[in-house]
Amino acid sequence: MSGEIGLTALGGYIPRLRLQRKAITTANAWVAPNLAGKGKGERSMANWDEDTITMAVEAARDLLGPDDDRSHVDALYFGTTTQPFADRLNAGIISAALTLEKGIQAVDITSTQRAGTSALLQALHAAKAGAAKNALVLASDKRKARAVSPQELDFGDGAAALSVGSENVIAKFLGAHSLTVDFVDHFRGAHEEFDYNWEERWIRDEGYLKIIPQAVEGALKEAGLEASDIDHFILPCTLPKVPQSVAKKLGIPAEKVRDNLAANCGETGAAHGLVMLVHALQEAKPGEKILVAQFGGGADALIFETTDKLSSMDDRRGITGSLADRQEETNYMKFLTFNGLVEWEKGMRAEQDKKTALTTLYRNEDMILGLVGGRCTETGNVQFPRSRISVNPNNPAVDTQEPYKFAERKASILSWSADYLTFSMSPPNHYGMIVFDGGGRIFMDITDVAPGEVESGMEVKMVFRVKDVDEKRGFKRYFWKAVPVRSSATGQATGQSTGQAAE
Amino acid sequence: MARGIKDKVAILGMGCSKFGERWDTGPEELMVEAYLEAMQDAGIEPTQLDAAWFSTHIDEIGTGKGGTPLSLALRLPNIAVTRVENFCASGSEALRGAVYAVASGAADIALALGVEKLKDTGYGGLPVSNPGTLNPQWAPNGSAPGNFAQLASAYRAKHGIAKEDLKRAIAHVSVKSHANGSKNPKAHLRNEISEDQALNAPMIAEPLGLFDCCGVSDGAAAAIVTTPEIAKAMGKKDLVTIKAMQLSVSNGLESQHNSWDGSYFHTARIAAKKAYQEAGIEKPREEVSMIEVHDCFSITELVTMEDLFISPEGGAVKDVMDGFYDSSGSVPCQIDGGLKCFGHPIGASGLRMAYEMYLQLQGRAGERQLANPKIGLTHNLGGSPSQNVCSVAIVGLEGV
Repeated sequence: MSGEIGLTALGGYIPRLRLQRKAITTANAWVAPNLAGKGKGERSMANWDEDTITMAVEAARDLLGPDDDRSHVDALYFGTTTQPFADRLNAGIISAALTLEKGIQAVDITSTQRAGTSALLQALHAAKAGAAKNALVLASDKRKARAVSPQELDFGDGAAALSVGSENVIAKFLGAHSLTVDFVDHFRGAHEEFDYNWEERWIRDEGYLKIIPQAVEGALKEAGLEASDIDHFILPCTLPKVPQSVAKKLGIPAEKVRDNLAANCGETGAAHGLVMLVHALQEAKPGEKILVAQFGGGADALIFETTDKLSSMDDRRGITGSLADRQEETNYMKFLTFNGLVEWEKGMRAEQDKKTALTTLYRNEDMILGLVGGRCTETGNVQFPRSRISVNPNNPAVDTQEPYKFAERKASILSWSADYLTFSMSPPNHYGMIVFDGGGRIFMDITDVAPGEVESGMEVKMVFRVKDVDEKRGFKRYFWKAVPVRSSATGQATGQSTGQAAE
Repeated sequence: MARGIKDKVAILGMGCSKFGERWDTGPEELMVEAYLEAMQDAGIEPTQLDAAWFSTHIDEIGTGKGGTPLSLALRLPNIAVTRVENFCASGSEALRGAVYAVASGAADIALALGVEKLKDTGYGGLPVSNPGTLNPQWAPNGSAPGNFAQLASAYRAKHGIAKEDLKRAIAHVSVKSHANGSKNPKAHLRNEISEDQALNAPMIAEPLGLFDCCGVSDGAAAAIVTTPEIAKAMGKKDLVTIKAMQLSVSNGLESQHNSWDGSYFHTARIAAKKAYQEAGIEKPREEVSMIEVHDCFSITELVTMEDLFISPEGGAVKDVMDGFYDSSGSVPCQIDGGLKCFGHPIGASGLRMAYEMYLQLQGRAGERQLANPKIGLTHNLGGSPSQNVCSVAIVGLEGV
C-alpha cells in the first residue's frame, strides 16, 4: 500500500444531548406555526461547555486512540466557520490539547461551509507532495441560529476527524475537483452572529443543481470513474430532496445517496461533509467508492475507495457510536440559554472577573491544555501538576519529574458533590477528586451528568471542555473535565435525569 | 518535639462582639467592640500593650490589608501590629502570634484581634475570593459547601454508611448546635431547629442542606495575653493558661497523592497529636472537658470528632447519635453554638472559640455554663478538605 495516498484513520464526536425538535416547534407554535412540520426527530446540542474546539479535540482523540504518543502527527488542518477565536490559532489550541509535537504545521481553514472538505483536500495535497506523512484533518461546527428560525431546527453540532497518509490506508484517494464560485446562498458578516439567508428555491436551482454536478463530474473525470461506479454519494444539504435531485441529474442511483442525518443529528455545518464521510466509512464494505461533495462558495468533490484495512477502525466510536450515545433533551429554554440567546439572571457570583493571565497560561500550557503532569524518574510517583519537588511523602525527590500525560488514563471518582451555590451554566456544578489508574489525582469539574447520577467509585474519563468564558474580553478558558464512562449502546433515555449510574 | 509553651502564657482578658448581620456596623466598630470588652476584662491601659496581632481573611471587602486597620480603629500607641492571614484559621494565628511573643519574652502583654465584615457583598454565603492566576484555569468552579461536601461521599464510601444514615447524623450535629446557640446572647442564630427541618432544608451542595452550613456573620473577637507571673502580680485568679498551640499545613499530599482517601483531615490528625503531646494529654476522650471545633459544615464537625481522636475511627456517627457531644454529653461540642450558630466572621472565629473556652473555664458562661470544665480544645480549620491549614489549641486552668 505504501506510496498510495488515502485516509488512514477516522474519528467522530456528536454531543450527547439531543434536543427534541418537537420541543422547539411546540414552544414557538404561537409565533411560527409554519415551522410545525419541522418538529420531527432530534438535533444534537452541545453542552454549555462544548464548542467547535472541544468537539474537534474529542473527534481527534477518537481517531488517535488510547495511545498518547502523538509524535507521528506532522500536520493539522482544522475546518470550521465557528472558531472561537478570529485571531489566535484555533488549531493551535487543539494541537496543545492533543499534545501534538510543536514542530508541525497547523492551520485553520474557514469562511465557507466547505471548510471541512477543503481542509481534507489540503491534507491530501500535502501528503501527495510529500510535505506531510501523517496529517490530521478535523472539521467541527457549532453554528448559532436565531430563535424561531428554520436553521435552529436544521442545524446540529458535531465534529469529524480523518487522518491522511500512506500507511494503513483505509480508503484510497481517487480524485477530486473544486469549484470556486461567489454564489451567496447565505453569508455572515465579520462581526455578525447570525447568517443571512437568500431564497431556498434559488439556492436549489441555481446553486446545488448547477454547481455540485460540475464539481462531481470533474472529480469523476480525475478518478477515471463513471457516476454509476459510486457506492455512497454524500451531499450535505438542508433543503428537502436536493441530494436526490443532484444524484438523478448525475446518473447516480437514488439508493446510493447517503442519509444526511437530519433525523438524528442535524446539519453540522462545515463539519457535515466529513461527519457523513466518517459515517459512510463505518458502514461501508471494502472496495466501495465514496463520493463526498460539499457546497459553499462553489463546491468540493472528493472520491475515495475503501480497502480491506477498513476493519482496523471497528473500535472507533466515530459517528455511529456518537449517535448511539445520546441523552434526550426536551428543554428548549436550556438550548437558548446555552447558546446565549436569552439574557438571564446569573446572580452576583457570576460577576467574578474571568481575566486570564496569558503569561500563566503559556508557562503552564502542557498542564492546562494537555493535562500533562509529572512522573518521578526515581520512584515512579505520578502527580498533577508537575513540580520541582515531588509530592511523594516517602521521597520528595528534587528535579526528577518527567512529563506524564493524564488525558487518556482511566480514572474513578473518590469524592464528589453537586454544588447549587457556585455559579454554573448548568447547575448544580458537579466536581470531585478524580483518582487515576497508575497514580495521580486531580480535583476537577465533572460534566455531562445530572443530579443523582454521580457516586464514589464511578468510572470516568477525561474530556476537553470550556472552563470559563471571559465575556468582557472575548476570551475562553479550556481545561479537562471528568465524564462518566457510559456504554455507547445506551440509546434510550428520558428527557430528565436517567438516574442510572454509568457502567 | 520542641519544649512547647504549656503554662507559659496566660489569658489576661478577652472580648467578643455580638456576631450576626451587623448592617449598621463597620469592621472598625466591630474591632472596637471586642477590644473594649477585652481591655476592661484585662484591666489594663493601651500603653501597656507591647504588640498586636491582627487577623482578617478577606481584605477585598473593606477591612483592608496590613496592620493599619487595627491600629487606626483602636488608636493603638504606635505599637507593632502584624496582620496574619491563614484562611478561616486566621483568628487562631493571631492568638498564636501573641502567645509566642509573650512566651519568648519579646512582649509582656500582647493583643490578638480578629475581625471579618462579610455582609457587605450583596449576596448570601461567603464572598467569592480572588483565586490568583493559575488556580482558576484548572481548579473546579466550586464553593466552600461543595468542597466540604466531598467529605461526605468519601466517608460514606470508606465506612459503608447509607446516605440517609449520614444525613441524619449531620442533621443531629446542627440540631445540637442550634439548641446551644439559642442560649448564647452573642450568637448570630438563636433559633432551635428540629431534625426534620435540617433533613428537609433546601440543598446547597449535595448532601449539605441549608442547616448543614454555618452562619455567614460579621464580628470580631480579641484576646490579651501575658505571662502567668504578670497576671498574678495584677491580682488575677483562676488563671486560664495556654497548654498547646499547634498548626499543621497541607503540602499537597491530599490533593495530589493517592494515599489520602478523602474522608478525614490529614492535617487535623497531625495537629491534634502534636497538641496532645504538648499539653501532656494521653486520653483525649476522657481528659478533654469540652471542644469548640471548626463546624463550617456539619460534616466537617462529624469527621473532626475522629480526627481529634475523641471518637474512634468510623465511630463518629454513633457518638453523635448517642448525644456524646451534646451539651449534656461527655464531651460537649460547640457549647456556644459553634460556627453554625454563633457565626463565622472568618478572621475572628479562632479567637471566638478561645473566648468560649475562657468563659467556661472561668465559670462565666451564664445559661450555658458547664460543670467544672478543666481542659478546653479549639480546632480551627482553613481551606478545604484536600488542601488546608488546621490549628489545634488547648487551654485549661493553671496547674491542671
